[in-house]
Amino acid sequence: MSAARRPLPGWVEIGLLPLANVAMAFLLVGFIVKIIGADPLQALKLLVLGAVGSSESIGYTLYYATNFIFTGLAVAVAFHAGLFNIGGEGQAYIGGLGCGLAVLALDGILPGQLMIPAAILASAAFGAAWAAIPAWMQAWRGSHIVITTIMFNFVASALMVYMMVNVLIAPGSMTPQSRGFAASAAVPSMQAALQWVGIAVAPSALNLSLLLALLCCVGVWIFLWHTPWGYGLRTMGHNPEAALYAGTNLKRMTMLAMCLSGALAGGVAVNELLGVHHRLVLDFAAGYGFTGIAVALMGRGHPLGIVLAALLFGALQQGGAELAFEVPAITREMVVVIQGLVILFSGALVHLPRPWLQALFARKG
Amino acid sequence: MQELTSHAAIELRGIDKSFGSVHAVRGVSLRVERGSITGIVGENGAGKSTLMSILYGLYRADAGEIRVEGRPVEMTSPRDAIGQGIGMVHQHFMLVDSFTVLENLILGAEGGPLLAGGLAAARTELARLAHEYGLAIDPDARVADLSVGEQQRVEILKVLFRGARILILDEPSAVLTPQETDRLLQILRVLREGGVTVVLITHKLREILSVSDRVIVMRRGEVVAERVTSKTSAEELAELMVGRKVRFSFDKVPVRAGEPRLVARGLSLVDGRRVRVLDDISFEVRAGEIVGIAGVSGNGQTELLQVLSGIRRPTGGTLEVCGRKVDASHPADPAEMRDLGVAHVPEDRLRQGLVPAFLASETSILGYQDREPFCRNYLLDGPAVGKHCAELMERFDVRPRTPGLLSSSFSGGNQQKLILAREMAGHPRLLLVGQPTRGVDIGAIEFIRRELIASRDSGCAVLVVSVELEEILSLADRILVMSGGRIVGEVAAADADERTLGLMMTGARAA
Repeated sequence: MSAARRPLPGWVEIGLLPLANVAMAFLLVGFIVKIIGADPLQALKLLVLGAVGSSESIGYTLYYATNFIFTGLAVAVAFHAGLFNIGGEGQAYIGGLGCGLAVLALDGILPGQLMIPAAILASAAFGAAWAAIPAWMQAWRGSHIVITTIMFNFVASALMVYMMVNVLIAPGSMTPQSRGFAASAAVPSMQAALQWVGIAVAPSALNLSLLLALLCCVGVWIFLWHTPWGYGLRTMGHNPEAALYAGTNLKRMTMLAMCLSGALAGGVAVNELLGVHHRLVLDFAAGYGFTGIAVALMGRGHPLGIVLAALLFGALQQGGAELAFEVPAITREMVVVIQGLVILFSGALVHLPRPWLQALFARKG
Repeated sequence: MQELTSHAAIELRGIDKSFGSVHAVRGVSLRVERGSITGIVGENGAGKSTLMSILYGLYRADAGEIRVEGRPVEMTSPRDAIGQGIGMVHQHFMLVDSFTVLENLILGAEGGPLLAGGLAAARTELARLAHEYGLAIDPDARVADLSVGEQQRVEILKVLFRGARILILDEPSAVLTPQETDRLLQILRVLREGGVTVVLITHKLREILSVSDRVIVMRRGEVVAERVTSKTSAEELAELMVGRKVRFSFDKVPVRAGEPRLVARGLSLVDGRRVRVLDDISFEVRAGEIVGIAGVSGNGQTELLQVLSGIRRPTGGTLEVCGRKVDASHPADPAEMRDLGVAHVPEDRLRQGLVPAFLASETSILGYQDREPFCRNYLLDGPAVGKHCAELMERFDVRPRTPGLLSSSFSGGNQQKLILAREMAGHPRLLLVGQPTRGVDIGAIEFIRRELIASRDSGCAVLVVSVELEEILSLADRILVMSGGRIVGEVAAADADERTLGLMMTGARAA
């Protein structure tokens, strides 16, 4: 009983506890892999090598991580304001619509130095706008944001299918995708960028959007902890009554937090559309929005933690794909199970190993 | 030591309890005699609540032994305590408002899958208890319709119904009027005659002196003194609690009221349930005076403070704050009020006045975060905020003086001093203070009251809302009494005493 109330040292709380969670998830995964008749150690080796074994696989891991950083930050910003934004998925998707519309309209006119910033702004603005509607309904009408953001994911999905099939489809195309973007609208790949400074790496989907994601991390950190608005936002998240007392307009703050959140989710569109697909396609945001919730939870809402958690989920995504490719018994669905277990242990069961760690450190202390 | 032939109802031996680095209870040994009323007094954080939680099975002691009626017992949960005949009445009632008295009584002791049998048995038992202890109450009344004093009686009945012979009451009079408190003390005396052992935890020395047989004084986790009540005094107990001499009354210079800083005319507020929580309130507060608002909690004082500080807008009437007119169509939000020179120490410091998860330095700028020098070029200036917090802590003797510590790690008194320091730092023209010393230890009470008087003397208009009559009486120059959302009386502090105020508070109109 006394141990249960003892706080853990900081590095255990931030470092060891998440590691223990991941380790437990992998232990369970090992059992499952064993049951379906594959060798757990071999699978682990393939997973790790698939994620970080070559410069190509590292590239893909970082490319996935870029998406997770954007959605993780999006969830975290809303979370600090006490809002559970489940709609990162839809906001990223609609962000893509904004990105695509901007590029399709302007890529013939603008040079790259203007086109790319304009497309990034359009992604952010559309993502923010998609988050603003549930935020408005929450702030002024009292509709719960969890419900509305989930529903808006479906609306976004349906809207995008309509737009792609009926409006934005390239003339004469059989698949619902837009015409290709002009080269001026392409975010340079990391391979090209590194080659420019004389470092040779294998080509991968990784592009300079990663730098934008890291920049967003710094921006979110400064905003949340070093500006009066971030201060007001966190006050509202911890204690709306105290924020009201302090003179914060809760309705406006709700709008601000959700718009920022949606804008960050829009970053996924930059990575996917400007960095990889170079055209507007269906379902490019699939799954990133939801995994962003796990990333934000595991990263404890802190940008540094979110980067680390995004790396883990990026590695799982990439390593898992390799694993499914190499071992026939392990299907893509199996990889989703692995991800799900990591989310389960580092999300819902995050406090499971706490008593043991506490007992361990209580004895030492 | 040889066992005494007559066992004590409760005997604690060498009870020790730490929370992390905080040594909350240090080797406490004490005896509570059967059929007696024992008072436990001490400042906040003296360890009395922790000690009682150990006795009630909520915490487990790190070391020590608990004996009930002479038998050593293990308390691992409140269930064990109830099994040993120990019951606890908490400060905050644990009742289901929409249930009847009877239904509340059998909660957790339903006595079978169908309620009818349990309810019938409970009705008989309730009649017996009511008869034996004079605790008459309508078993079919809904709890929501009962007065606070009656609700507390239901809590006591609930505990007795479970067969408790030892009753622990934690700050039972915090929510009662003086008259209701007297009735409670009378009930405790009857219980004692019926052989029930009562342990009374309180910081109100008047109650301890009027009802208890013995007093145990705790300080910093230890029992520092034990007195037979008839042979001690309030002064001695206060000194034992704090460890030094304490002054309760202040020599105030005569009031020199200046221009009105706050004028309310016919102020009213109708809430979302269409209840008129403020009804035609008119008064003024002038520069250089302290106006006290007395009343039983829940009679509109909270809403009045919310309206005056801009958190809620009035639905009727007008308000003139430092020259600015505020009404339903010209509202002013808390930020505007602050700009007008209104500072507000809120009633509920944990929910409004600070964010427990924030650092003390962050708490020290709550509400002022976008002002110079804390905010420069749209960025918070961390060092400036830290320096500001350190200065406030120094001037208001906040301990420990660590701006980098979480706000929740400070004791109630130190949190309150920090909030008061923050609000007084800007030399406000009007200072609104809700429950200035609720849950604050005696040493800090003295300090806080002295600061409020100092701010009045320097020309600030001060409005104090408190449910502690003694506080209102010692601070205010004029006293307004609120009941049912109205101001039912005004008296000059010199002509007021607890009895007349208490009568007004219960709604008996006075001039």
